[in-house]
This record gives sequence, C-alpha cells and structure tokens, in this order.
Amino acid sequence: MPERDHLTVTVQRGGPGAPMRPQTFEVPAYDNQTVLDVVSWIQQNADPTLTYRFACRVGMCGSCAMMVNGVPRWTCRTHVSKVLDGNAIEVGPLRNLPVIKDLAADMDPFFDKWVSAEGMHHPTRTRDDAIEAIDPVAMDRQEANAGIECINCSVCYSACDTVAGNPDYLGPAALQRAWTLYNDAKDANRDAILDAVSGRGGCHSCHSMGSCTAYCPNELDPLSAIAGLKRATAKRFFGGRKG
Amino acid sequence: MSEFHLYMAQRLSALVMAPFVIVHIGVMIYAIQGGLSAAEILGRTQSSAFWFAFYGLFVVAVSIHAAIGLRTILGEWAGLRGGARDGVAAVIGLGLLALGAQAVWAVTA
Repeated sequence: MPERDHLTVTVQRGGPGAPMRPQTFEVPAYDNQTVLDVVSWIQQNADPTLTYRFACRVGMCGSCAMMVNGVPRWTCRTHVSKVLDGNAIEVGPLRNLPVIKDLAADMDPFFDKWVSAEGMHHPTRTRDDAIEAIDPVAMDRQEANAGIECINCSVCYSACDTVAGNPDYLGPAALQRAWTLYNDAKDANRDAILDAVSGRGGCHSCHSMGSCTAYCPNELDPLSAIAGLKRATAKRFFGGRKG
Repeated sequence: MSEFHLYMAQRLSALVMAPFVIVHIGVMIYAIQGGLSAAEILGRTQSSAFWFAFYGLFVVAVSIHAAIGLRTILGEWAGLRGGARDGVAAVIGLGLLALGAQAVWAVTA
C-alpha cells in the first residue's frame, strides 16, 4: 500500500425526511484501519450527527454492514486497503432496506421475513423430556451446520437482485434459516417450513444468481440452501417425504 | 394457482419441451438436406396424427412455460403487481396458445 496521509471518504447522508446526499470527509490514514474505524473517526472527530450502527467490532453481531464502494460488506472486518478506489471510499446504507438515517438501515423487513419464512423453532419435546441425542455426522445435521453461523448482517439480502426486483421475496438469509431448521432433527414441523417458503416471495422466486453466496462475509452458501428448499418442496409435491 | 404450483408447472413444461426441442431441431436439419419446400413439409405433416400430437403438446407446453416466465419478468422488471401482472401473463399465454394451435391445425389438418 502506498504511503498516504489522508483518505477521501464520501458518506451518504439523509433519511426518510431528507433525500440522500453525499458528504465528503478527509480522514487520517493508518496502516491498520477498517471501514468501521473510518466511519467512527468521522462521527467522533468531524461530525457527531453522523448516524451508523455497530456493536461487537469483531464480526460476530452482524450490525455494522454497509455499502462500501457499491458492495455490501461487514465494515468491522473490512480493511480499508482492500477496498480503496485510488485514495477514496464511498460508504452508504445497506441496499434493499429502508434508511432510518445516514448509514443506519431499517432492519425490520429483513427480520420480519425471517418470521414469515417460519424461521422459528418448533420443538419436538418439552422441558420435562430428556434432551434428544443428535448424531453430529448425520447428513441432515451437516446440512444444518452449514448454515447456522449466519450472523444476520443482511449483506446477502442487500446483494440480492431478486430482492431488489421483488419486494415480497423473503431473501437468502431467511430462506437459509428455514433450510437449517428443516434439516434439524429437533424441529417438529417441517411441513410448516415448506408451506412458509412455498408462498408468494418464497424460495421459488430465487433466480439462482448467487450474489448471496458470493458476498456472504462468513462464506456461507445460502444459494445451495435455497436450492435444497426447492428440491424439498418438489419432492413433497410428488409425494416424497423426508425420512 | 399458488406461486409453488406455477413454479412446478414451469419446470414440468420445460421437462416436456426438452425432447420436443431436440426432435424439432433434428428434423429441421434432416428436412433441409437437398432443399426445402412447403410441399415437402406439408407432405410430412398433413393428416399426421403424430405431428399433430407432437406440435400440439409442444404449443401447450410453450404457452404455459413462456407465460409463467414472462409473469415473473413483468413483476420484477416492469413492476406490475397482483391482478394486472396475472392478467397480462394470462393474455400472453392464451395468445401463444391460440397462435400456436392455429399453426398446428394449418399444417397437420
């Protein structure tokens, strides 16, 4: 990385009451600096009214995702040197979600769709029963394991062009959640999951473009999870049942 | 009809069309060897129950497949919603069916 003193950082400002407009800041450059560091520097040193969201700063909580040079990214784990365009960075709120203010996107539609996709636990036992033994190498357990490290950051949802074109579409994260539950031996209502993902905006709306898998910061594969749901619903249609 | 049933109808119609497309293209390549004339084509297709059934089913599958696919495009690209989208897609499907059925009848009756 060439030596430089300052970065030119353009931040999208605005919200429901005010149209989005870019504002440019000169931010001191350091050797080790994430995009979240840059945004925090602006808020702490240049303009305390800048609104953004973060919590853990170590890639676990999923709250700091933003558009960085047009690409959705987890900003706390995105090193500035990897995204610099010349000496500049443009930061904006996540795509495909309403903006609350500046860089803070309204995550309500994203989480509402988790619920719509039946992304909730349907227990097989009560608290009075013994805990069910789970075979860690079983095929369905491995399918479920592949998706459970989702941190709900909404990067996949923002990357998805199907979400952009179809506001009803549940999106990759919610459908991947449904797929992990469908493969969970402790879930008692797989039919409810398949019903939920077969309706308007369900898994069949996916065009398999794969932006979700390409941009997932945790390197998960929602595209394959959605393909799994499509297969499961088709199997059920022809009378096949999951064993 | 639910989104899932439309999805299955589109996939199943694609399944039906795949062999039809291969035979259609294969016969075209075979038929144009040594020139092509309307008389030759009609000689093969007229009064043929096989070609009537072949292209009849082909047209039905195309009408279903294309109308469902265009319905998705009308929603995502043209922004149509609800009844307007379904109505336009249905008109396209029925139009393809009418045009195709007319053509099949014209060359196989």
